[in-house]
Amino acid sequence: MALTGVEIFKLLPKTNCKKCGHPTCLAFAMKLAQRQVSLDACPDVSEETKKILGEASAPPMRPITIGLGDKAVKMGEETVLFRHEKRFVNPCAFAVEIKDSLSDDDINKIVDDVLNSEIDRVGQKLRIDAIFVNNVSNDAGRFESAVKTITSKAPLVPLIVATGNPAAAEAALKIAADKKPLLYGVDESNAEAMANVAKTYKASLGVSAKGLDALAALTEKIKSLGVEDMVINSGAKTAKEILEANTYIRRAAIKKNFKALGYPVITFAQRDDALFESLIAALGITKYSSLIVLSSIEKWKNLALFTLRQNIYTDPQVPMQVEQKIYKIGEPSSNAPLMITTNFSLTYFIVSGEVENSKVASRLAVMDCEGLSVLTAWAAGKFTASKIAQFIKESGIENEIKHKELIIPGYVAILSGAIEDKLPGWKVTVGPREANGLTVFLKSYAHN
Amino acid sequence: MAFAAPKETFSGKVFEVTIGADKTAVFGGENVLPFHLFEGSVPNSPVIAYEIQDVVPDDWPETVRKVYKSVSGDPITWAKYCQDELNAKAIALRLVSTHPDRENRSPEDAAKTVKDVLSAINIPLIILGSNHIEKDSSVLIRASEAAKGKNCVIGKAQEGNYKTITAAAMANNHKLIAMSELDINLSKQLNILITQMGFDKEKLITDPMCSALGYGLEYTYSVMERIRLAALIQNDTTMQPPMIADVGMYTWKTKEAQALESDLPLWGSLAERGIAWEAVTASALLMSGAELLIMRHPEAVKAVEKFIEELV
Ligand code: B12
Ligand code: SF4
Repeated sequence: MALTGVEIFKLLPKTNCKKCGHPTCLAFAMKLAQRQVSLDACPDVSEETKKILGEASAPPMRPITIGLGDKAVKMGEETVLFRHEKRFVNPCAFAVEIKDSLSDDDINKIVDDVLNSEIDRVGQKLRIDAIFVNNVSNDAGRFESAVKTITSKAPLVPLIVATGNPAAAEAALKIAADKKPLLYGVDESNAEAMANVAKTYKASLGVSAKGLDALAALTEKIKSLGVEDMVINSGAKTAKEILEANTYIRRAAIKKNFKALGYPVITFAQRDDALFESLIAALGITKYSSLIVLSSIEKWKNLALFTLRQNIYTDPQVPMQVEQKIYKIGEPSSNAPLMITTNFSLTYFIVSGEVENSKVASRLAVMDCEGLSVLTAWAAGKFTASKIAQFIKESGIENEIKHKELIIPGYVAILSGAIEDKLPGWKVTVGPREANGLTVFLKSYAHN
Repeated sequence: MAFAAPKETFSGKVFEVTIGADKTAVFGGENVLPFHLFEGSVPNSPVIAYEIQDVVPDDWPETVRKVYKSVSGDPITWAKYCQDELNAKAIALRLVSTHPDRENRSPEDAAKTVKDVLSAINIPLIILGSNHIEKDSSVLIRASEAAKGKNCVIGKAQEGNYKTITAAAMANNHKLIAMSELDINLSKQLNILITQMGFDKEKLITDPMCSALGYGLEYTYSVMERIRLAALIQNDTTMQPPMIADVGMYTWKTKEAQALESDLPLWGSLAERGIAWEAVTASALLMSGAELLIMRHPEAVKAVEKFIEELV
């Protein structure tokens, strides 16, 4: 549990010397408790205090990163149980399983699918984040060669090597040593040997045990062996077991500051039926998994899972927004229609998609309304006639196009007169209410 | 450090609701968060109702329309098909044809459809209007009368029409859906207004308004979670009715359920995409507290039922 301001105050020098920029040690302690300042600001704090506060201020769930560069995935660091309390921090990662018993051709096919899995949705690039190579062959040589095949084709995709055999682990990690991989397959029986391999090759460890008691004991043991970066699995297989284990782990970490389970959770969602596998993955996304292993990555399934992850991990206080500007859809001429909407990414996404569908090249003016939908922004006084008029004037669009006609969303038809008053010379046309009416509307509009 | 399971128990509990007259369905009744069997009592599993309509569903995308091609010309055949062939646990009849912008059928016509459907099935029936505030009032009055004694669910009562619809449900002894628009306070307010009319709070079903995956799902998800937490932690009886998620209607409207793979190759197979869209939306809402779901595609329903089975 994080320390309170008063508890922190007791550990400070209590001289009120003001060197930290605060009038008193207590004031500084209060800021520290709220994590608004860093302990370094006080030059006189003792080593002992540094140690205690350092431990207390460590996040309840350890951050773990696998892979390097742009494609690295960060997991963990969660601080709440429910997304309305505070944004969930690091979106869970998706990994596809590749069994080393597959032929190189089949392996290459899956790796291709991973490399081509990227989808742009509401301005975010979403993809299958990692590859989970599984040593099902039990053969170290075969495993090594599978890892070679994968890393030569996809050198930048974060890698999880899964084996219970330390020799096979070593063979695989030699190849992937510089890629910050995750070594999965640590249990009671091989902890020492695997920890040594992980230390040598700077890998983090995927640790599993039967039940949470045993799991907590095992993470403590591995920590004492010198490896702290772990991802944990309690052996939960069914939906029921996954929900129970994940809930207990998240609660223990967040509410009890129980460090032995304060690690990201890996969930195995693989099922024979791809649709059903999506639902197990959906359980993981909503209920606290940080890394989800899938058996197949069909495009339709990826789209559904990426979208759910995006929904669950958006900030509930700050809606997703797009940049305020006049977007061109297609290659609009200077006579092409001009429409206006708000910068709520969902609104933008739906409207621009429909305009694209209509194949009528157009301009879409997207106005900053703090990410609110059309009606919400209107009700909140952010999408008003005068603000719209000001935005249009300042955008410079008048110099770029030949006409002075603006199409507004049907739901705010009421604004049309007022906008015309505030934008002399402009004509305002009320568009359809729902964006799916835009194709028909734009086709007949463009003809006039 | 020894691990002690951090169990949480609550003073509040969700009301248990039974619907139907012949074969019944029961949902709600738990005193923990969704599917938390490990720390409390979850006496019933969520129930999925198959949606049918009183007209041919020309506006449903092909993937789901074709499943019902041979039966959807007539709501009685359609209902029987869901009950007998698909083993539906309940049916939700949406009276879309009564909407003034559609066929504008009369409340009497609607009442007849309700009667006919009820005489053809023995599983519970949920009776939904066309979501036209004024018209729903008159349609649902007649529909409630026609279904008297069948312990149906009537919906949806909204801020603008709850008085007449509540009175009709009360007079004919039905359960009632109270729908507000994605705001926990509005939802609480509507439940209070309805119970102040003398309607039994244990016969209510809360609809916080559904949204599809990718189209505001996170709002529905969090409002549901907050409603459930208020019911359990604060023991707020106005928030203790079970919740409904009207999944099919919202998911089959999305672009993801309709866009051809040839237009959007990155999105993959259309048929599977549509079904997954409905099933994943439903599963996420189950995790946030939905107990009664309305769905359309049998494959999505089957997958979600299997998901529920694995959770309990
Ligand atoms: C989610 C939501 C919220 C969220 C905000 C989410 C967001 N990012 O905007 C929250 C909870 C924060 C919220 C707050 C409020 N909300 Co609100 N909210 C909604 C809700 C349920 C959905 C809005 C939404 O996301 N729509 C989806 C987007 C995509 O729709 P859209 O932007 O309108 O775009 C569509 C069309 O307009 C059209 N379109 C868009 N652009 C263009 C452009 C052209 C040219 C054309 C032709 C068409 C077009 O295409 C899109 C798809 O068809 C609506 C109810 C509803 N069912 O609509 C109420 C609603 C909009 N909210 C409302 C209100 C009053 C408020 C509040 C003032 C108070 C309140 N009751 O909560 C606050 C104000 C916020 C503030 N900061 O002060 C009212 C507005 C009433 C009115 N008619 O004036 C509504 C209608 C609910 C109601 N019936 O009371 N809200
Ligand atoms: S610098 Fe340290 S000792 Fe000085 S007032 Fe700030 S907290 Fe107290």
